[in-house]
Amino acid sequence: MKRDLPASAVRTGAVGAALPHDSAHLHVAGAATYIDDIPELAGTLHIAVGMSTVARGRLVAMQLDRVRAAAGVVAVLGHADIPGEKCIGPVKHDEPVFAIDRVEYIGQPLFAVVATSLEAARRAARLAQVTYEEEPPILDYDDAIRANSHVLPPLTLVTGDAKAAIAAAPYRLSNRLLMGGQEQFYLEGQIAYACPREDGQMLVYSSTQHPTETQFTVAHVLGVAPSQVVVECRRMGGAFGGKETQAAYFAAVAALAAAKLKRAVKFRADRDDDFMLTGKRHEFRADYEVGFDASGRILGLEMTLASRCGWSADLSGSVNDRAVMHVSNAYHLANVTIRSLRLKTNQQSANAFRGFGGPQGILAGEHVIDDIARHLKLDPLAVRKANFYSADPSSPRAMTHYGMRVEDNVILELVTELEASSEYARRRAAVDQWNAREPLIKRGLALTPVMFGISFTASFLNQAGALLHVYHDGSVMINHAATEMGQGVYTKVAQVVAEEFGLQVRQVRITATDTSKVPNTSPTAASSGADLNGKAAQAAAREIKARLAAFCASTHGFDAATVEFRDGRVMAGAWERPWEEVVRAAYMARVSLSSTGFYSVPKVGFDPATLKGRPFYYFAYGAAVSEVAIDILTGESRLLRVDVLHDVGRSLNPAIDRGQVEGGFVQGMGWLTSEELVWDAHGRLRTHAPSTYKIPVSSDVPEAFKVSLWERGENVEDSIFRSKAVGEPPLMLASSVFLAIRDAVAAARGGVPALDAPATPERILLACSAGPAA
Amino acid sequence: MTTESISLTVNGQPRRMDIDPRTLLVQLIRDHLGLTGTHVGCDTAQCGACTVHVDGRAVKSCSILALQADGTEVTTIEGLATGDELHPMQQAFRDCHGLQCGYCTPGMVMSAIELLKHNPQPSEQQIREGLEGNICRCTGYQNIVKAVQQAAGA
Repeated sequence: MKRDLPASAVRTGAVGAALPHDSAHLHVAGAATYIDDIPELAGTLHIAVGMSTVARGRLVAMQLDRVRAAAGVVAVLGHADIPGEKCIGPVKHDEPVFAIDRVEYIGQPLFAVVATSLEAARRAARLAQVTYEEEPPILDYDDAIRANSHVLPPLTLVTGDAKAAIAAAPYRLSNRLLMGGQEQFYLEGQIAYACPREDGQMLVYSSTQHPTETQFTVAHVLGVAPSQVVVECRRMGGAFGGKETQAAYFAAVAALAAAKLKRAVKFRADRDDDFMLTGKRHEFRADYEVGFDASGRILGLEMTLASRCGWSADLSGSVNDRAVMHVSNAYHLANVTIRSLRLKTNQQSANAFRGFGGPQGILAGEHVIDDIARHLKLDPLAVRKANFYSADPSSPRAMTHYGMRVEDNVILELVTELEASSEYARRRAAVDQWNAREPLIKRGLALTPVMFGISFTASFLNQAGALLHVYHDGSVMINHAATEMGQGVYTKVAQVVAEEFGLQVRQVRITATDTSKVPNTSPTAASSGADLNGKAAQAAAREIKARLAAFCASTHGFDAATVEFRDGRVMAGAWERPWEEVVRAAYMARVSLSSTGFYSVPKVGFDPATLKGRPFYYFAYGAAVSEVAIDILTGESRLLRVDVLHDVGRSLNPAIDRGQVEGGFVQGMGWLTSEELVWDAHGRLRTHAPSTYKIPVSSDVPEAFKVSLWERGENVEDSIFRSKAVGEPPLMLASSVFLAIRDAVAAARGGVPALDAPATPERILLACSAGPAA
Repeated sequence: MTTESISLTVNGQPRRMDIDPRTLLVQLIRDHLGLTGTHVGCDTAQCGACTVHVDGRAVKSCSILALQADGTEVTTIEGLATGDELHPMQQAFRDCHGLQCGYCTPGMVMSAIELLKHNPQPSEQQIREGLEGNICRCTGYQNIVKAVQQAAGA
């Protein structure tokens, strides 16, 4: 599994090694501490919130006497108990911590119960008598559009003249695709544990992807300076975007109660409450008209991308921006108009989820391609190739519709390799033969590419910090801005530090992400954790190396530039000493052995008003071939085989990267097949537990799951050891599953199938039952 | 609050205590005994993160009362290793990268051990079906299946 690296990148073997996750030995022993596992301070209290049972309306009265009188209840807190800001939110502060005079979704927190146990708090919270003046909820896309209900104003990206290009095109078609949301279902639910400290300070253990925003939210709600608040996160039991903004709420409410009562307070959301309170992946509706030529090449595209954002803005602006940009996936679009509607609906506030609008944009784009292929009766793969961006950066066909030139395009090369290794052509023929022969079980095949932009589109977030200590015995501690949610960023950053110092990874102690160690951090999101924090840690290590080299040079009279750090030794020409000895000598000579490190991504800059600029430092590429079978009498589907080829650049850790590819693919498959969120006509989420919300299990994944990291992968940009980000891109490889199912439905009924996502058995059955389309 | 007396053996140690009869087995393990390696994932007996062994059988410990385990021998994830030596299934999960966030891992390991107990040489399909009661949201299950295969060969 270990891959070859260029000589410049390999010294100790730390970078590029398929090392286990840094906590693997703890995970298998049940010895890894999650927040709920921290021994509780004496007198620790627990929280549950009372939630709105009405999706939209005026809050007339709340009678909480029975709540206060319930067994075990210590306090009941509402908006009047908040000393600082009553509204929070990552961009717009449009989310009341507790409802003030209106309610906007079923599940919205009205008040918090603080009690001696979680069970007592939950029981008491249900005793509130609340009077509402109900209004009809806005749930549907068209209802929201008619009511002019938006969390952010509509935005349009225009490049070229789409209308004229479509009118002049030899072929035209229009269609609509609905895409469902997705619950993150991090196995560890939302949790925060707030412990008051002296003089008004607050320590909050938070399961958060964004410790700094959590710190600031706590401070704002408490009405104190952020310097009074420390947020620590050693690890999360999964996050997937769901703890980027939403974790702050739980931390703020726990801290509010802790400050008020001067006791430690834990807020662990019961899974059912977590589903009802927190946001999910955005649901999207894509309406489009496309003009194209006989080869399937797109000449003009007009699309409206509408998303149901729920009751507040959260990160919906950036999510929808990314959707608009990723409609092109790997395809050149010369004449495009994309209208982006960020609709306010009376639901949980849709939020970040792995891919962050990218999956919906890419699926919409792939659906356009699939429509064109079916219209022209061409193999969709041929239409894809006809539309790929040019690999020549100077070509007009290398320019994206958002004004960024693609300078690292490898998609044709990568797809061609996968086409051969997966035997696409042979299997295409075999699937067609099967379908000609078998009346009830139909098969489908699809190869889809992924081209995913890497960087935060909010350019200022593309920065990171690290804090590196070398103790005078030579042991090393690294701390940085990234949070660990299972993706292995701690391991990768430790590999970078070990590589720089020429030490073994086990000699580098990784410590919990902590706002008092590294300040002003960006969220661990946008797949950027290792890219940003690896570079920041490297900068810190190089600073310390420079000091040690200068010290050795001045002591022994050689050129500092000749000093090398490898194999646990410091060397210059014939001179060499063990690392520990050099560190000790430097300490005795009063050399500073601690450093911060900072990194800021070059080249990026983006105007969110026009959606033009260079939002991304580089692109990650991949492709997948999925083969499925459907039963046209029951609508059941099964993934039979999948082949993946994915570009992670020069892998920092191929074992971790492969795990990201496999896990991302299966999560994407869940989004597009079995994971269905259902809100009823009143706006109540009806799928709020794993009993009704179907996450893929081991038997949903085929034995034939062939994943390869692309051997020729290399980042053309100066990323950390020329690696590429891997967190999100593989999720979108699962578009191939959806389009393979669509292919199977087409085999069942002919024409262009009407199949929305997720392709549940019910939808597949309906799509097969509809008469052949034109 | 009325209490009931309960006696059981946990990871080889006899335990006797008085508990609220509504206490779930997982609460007894985590809150009363401080064995926090057993995790609560979904609270409703679906995800399998809280799986332990009761008299050698894998049980989702959030789905039974502690009193139902009266007189039994309970093994949790903390009870598998012999000193510093990991159980072969624990070692296999580490060797095969059968984990990412690690939250499902203890329950997954406990279920996998029971799977091999009943079927020491399972086919890949039998492993996949045998672990259907344990949700992993991170790995896509490939490395978990490989870990069980390695442990079966050990």
